Amino acid sequence: MIQTHMSLEAQDREILEGRKGQTLQKVLESVVLYGEAFGAQRLVPLDGPVHLVTSFGIPLLRPVFDMMDEFIENGIAAKFPFTVDPRPLDYENVKCNLLEKFVFRIMYGKQKDYESQLKRVGLKDENAFSCTCYMDEVGNIPAPGDRLAWAESSAVVFANSVLGARTNRNSGIIELFCGILGKAPLFGLLTEEGRQASWLVDVKTQSLPHPQVLGSAIGMRVVEEVPYIRGLDRFLGPELTPTVRDYFKEMGAAAASNGAVGLFHVENVTPEAKKSGAALLAQNANSYVIDDKELERVVASYPMMWKKSDARPKLGFVGCPHLSLPQLEQWTDRIQKTLEKEGRKKLKVRSIFCAAPDVVARFKKNPSVHQALIRTGAKLTSICPLMYMNNPICSKKTVVTNSNKLRTYTTARFYPDEELLTLLAKGR
Amino acid sequence: MKTFKGRPVLAGRVKGQSVVSRQGVNLLASFQKSALKKAKTVICSDHNNKDLFGKVLTGKILCLPQSIGSTTGGLVLEAATYLGIHPSALLFSGHIDSLAAAGVILSDRWVNKRIVTVDDLGKDFLDYVQDGQTIEVHEDGTVIVD
Repeated sequence: MIQTHMSLEAQDREILEGRKGQTLQKVLESVVLYGEAFGAQRLVPLDGPVHLVTSFGIPLLRPVFDMMDEFIENGIAAKFPFTVDPRPLDYENVKCNLLEKFVFRIMYGKQKDYESQLKRVGLKDENAFSCTCYMDEVGNIPAPGDRLAWAESSAVVFANSVLGARTNRNSGIIELFCGILGKAPLFGLLTEEGRQASWLVDVKTQSLPHPQVLGSAIGMRVVEEVPYIRGLDRFLGPELTPTVRDYFKEMGAAAASNGAVGLFHVENVTPEAKKSGAALLAQNANSYVIDDKELERVVASYPMMWKKSDARPKLGFVGCPHLSLPQLEQWTDRIQKTLEKEGRKKLKVRSIFCAAPDVVARFKKNPSVHQALIRTGAKLTSICPLMYMNNPICSKKTVVTNSNKLRTYTTARFYPDEELLTLLAKGR
Repeated sequence: MKTFKGRPVLAGRVKGQSVVSRQGVNLLASFQKSALKKAKTVICSDHNNKDLFGKVLTGKILCLPQSIGSTTGGLVLEAATYLGIHPSALLFSGHIDSLAAAGVILSDRWVNKRIVTVDDLGKDFLDYVQDGQTIEVHEDGTVIVD
């Protein structure tokens, strides 16, 4: 048994002493050690379900599968039904050749077994696989002030910044441990102090920046600290409309993957910035001015990962993180207009659009828009493009994307939306 | 030779060669390629990290400001430990972050292998340490850089 300075309730003491079994003891020990690393004095109850990052059955994750078996054998499950990141594969909509299928069969050989394990430890339902669990259609939606223990960097930053909930950037498995205990250590972004901004980011661009470029610039500069962003309300207005929420979803995902941002405040727009304004800024906060030139510098710094920089794209991914319903509708419209402009009927590049299973299901309920998208040759799926690309075969493909998150982890090449649309339509 | 004093997050005694990143280390991007191939040695595959890209991480004393990126980071580090291809120690100039903390704790409690971890070594540490230096880490968080 570990020694701890943390103040624990009697029932947790019992767990720590091993009186509720060795497995639960190890779970609590891990969470206590994790909290102590950040000076947590106690555990606090969670107000909602956890969101898990680990959705893929890669044999490499053997320690996770063994751990899940241990939970199941001991009847251990999460307190609330949870959601999890997207599945890695969808042969119907993201077609693969025989070699790719062979590689995927090996690579994700434990997928079926792992999904079965997830169900037994508390997965919400068959459709609970998305990085955007907070969409209305998916339903893991925290209320402002809720204490959570989420993983998935893009979901964490959205929950904290846009929804006003409170979660640390938990690593995979730690979030599940917290879900099992129904508690999380109190530190960091769960506290008032941890939500203070230590960076003032002044956006002085001439127009609204691409969200994933702005997020990338912010993430690279502030890394894991909290930025207070000034100047975006000029373009976005003061309301958290669906369009603004989607903008922040994209911006947050880039800030979280190009850096480690878990929370941002946007002056006059996000809930805590609306309530407290510049009082959120810590004394002696650092300053970062972002103008058009700075964004150009950031984009120019992205390494070229293709063997031939002038190669034609073979595949396009949009929806990392997963698209919302309004985004799917907007992309359908934009693709149609681009094809019309280019005098084409179908996209030249195989183009995959990713959204949560429940969002896709709702999109399909509007057959005219759904069919309009399908007629362009675009494919709709609920996979994680990152998981799809993380293998030696797919990483050699010339993939284009508007996601800075996907660019960071794979060989995909980043293009802003308009350039991407033209590329997908014309193939060059 | 210079001595630094930090906080032992997971205490232990280890001696080895340093590999240094001046920027945040993306654990997923750094370890994934080698780990997926079940390689015997991790060669950093993060093309965004100019300090580490292409360098061996296995068995090294990894000196860094913090880890960044995907929240699978801790899990990836645990998997690397399970495969025995992990760094022998992590030395942080600042406070450890949640991903790296999870990775070393999961390795320690669930794989029964310890990655000796010391944080709060100070900015001077990262300014001083260079690739390939011999480093000794002591139980009390003392770090001696040759």
